[in-house]
Amino acid sequence: MENKLIDHILHLADTTLILAQRNAEWCGHGPILEQDIAITNISLDLLGQSRNFYQYAAILIGGDTDEDKLAYLRKEREFKNLLLVEQPNGDWGQTILRQYFFSQYQYLLFEKLQNSKDEQLAAISAKALKEIKYHLRWSSEWVVRLGDGTGESRSRMLKAIDELWRYTGEMFVPAAYETAVDIISLKNEWEQKVKTIFEESSLPLPENVFMQTGGKQGVHTEHLGYILAELQYVQRAYPNSTW
Amino acid sequence: MVVDKEISPNKIEQILETVCDPEVPVLTIMDLGIVRDIKINGEEIEIIITPTYTGCPAMDMIAMNIRLALSENGFHKVTITSVLAPAWTTDWMSETGKQKLKAYGIAAPNKKFDIPADGVECPQCNSLNTKLISEFGSTACKALYQCNDCKEPFDYFKCH
Repeated sequence: MENKLIDHILHLADTTLILAQRNAEWCGHGPILEQDIAITNISLDLLGQSRNFYQYAAILIGGDTDEDKLAYLRKEREFKNLLLVEQPNGDWGQTILRQYFFSQYQYLLFEKLQNSKDEQLAAISAKALKEIKYHLRWSSEWVVRLGDGTGESRSRMLKAIDELWRYTGEMFVPAAYETAVDIISLKNEWEQKVKTIFEESSLPLPENVFMQTGGKQGVHTEHLGYILAELQYVQRAYPNSTW
Repeated sequence: MVVDKEISPNKIEQILETVCDPEVPVLTIMDLGIVRDIKINGEEIEIIITPTYTGCPAMDMIAMNIRLALSENGFHKVTITSVLAPAWTTDWMSETGKQKLKAYGIAAPNKKFDIPADGVECPQCNSLNTKLISEFGSTACKALYQCNDCKEPFDYFKCH
């Protein structure tokens, strides 16, 4: 029971950390200054959320563990993040679409989690929800802008859908530890919301795509190792170094 | 300083009034409404605070500054506890805080612009003819605007 909760919290922590790290790669490289600031703001929000989850997981695990050890000293196979969030940034369109798919999912999920019987999980989720509203509004506006924009932006969005859609199914396949909320029940609403935004963007909704899974169980695409190599470098090279 | 009398919550509040937000230094932590409770038990003081945004990097510094300010006033047995629920909202910002923000050049949170949109009052010239540039600004709590009349860019402290 306790282990299930710990694993679930770590899954939420890892997912938000890895997406924060990916978005932070845009720092100084955004298409225009305001959007560079927007994507890094979202990164910071996600990092804050992941810290809250890691801190809570550390309390549940007990002993001498802490948020930093959980983020910097676990190996690839121990990370339980969604495959979607570890996918490369690609171009701006791919980053936008990844953020939109995730924010739409995170919004529906956290709406449920804020009513969790676990008080701390509920508190973190309720707080994060206020931030997610901004991420969702911002990313869905961008999907429409690019999907319904120029021939070039549209073709890039089509490519991004082709690249990322296969990683969206995993969100709704519950892991053994995801007992706090009925994940499957979110699928229909997520698809309806995405359908609405895609219709507004004149983008096609893919059908019959084989869905990749495994991230929640620690089986990742080749990209996660590279992310962790960079993220954990200082702690691995200089163990126990502090800021 | 020797503290031999009972510590009054009023005194502690006065000290906390001197602790400012490092990113928006015109606001004290009391103006922001992030101090949720002050508990006094003999010589021990517990300050309950709540973060504005989950990723706000100022929170660690705020906790340190609370400790410093109390220590300078002779209070050394201090615990700072961070709680997340109920989640912080700009509704807790004091009226004085909102006036100070405006004087500093930042538009104060306004329920009418719960979702940032064009038309937030310019803190420089009071014009309503302003445009939203980005919902995300230089810190997590602000959005970026420009006034169409006086042409000045300005920050809007978002409703949260």
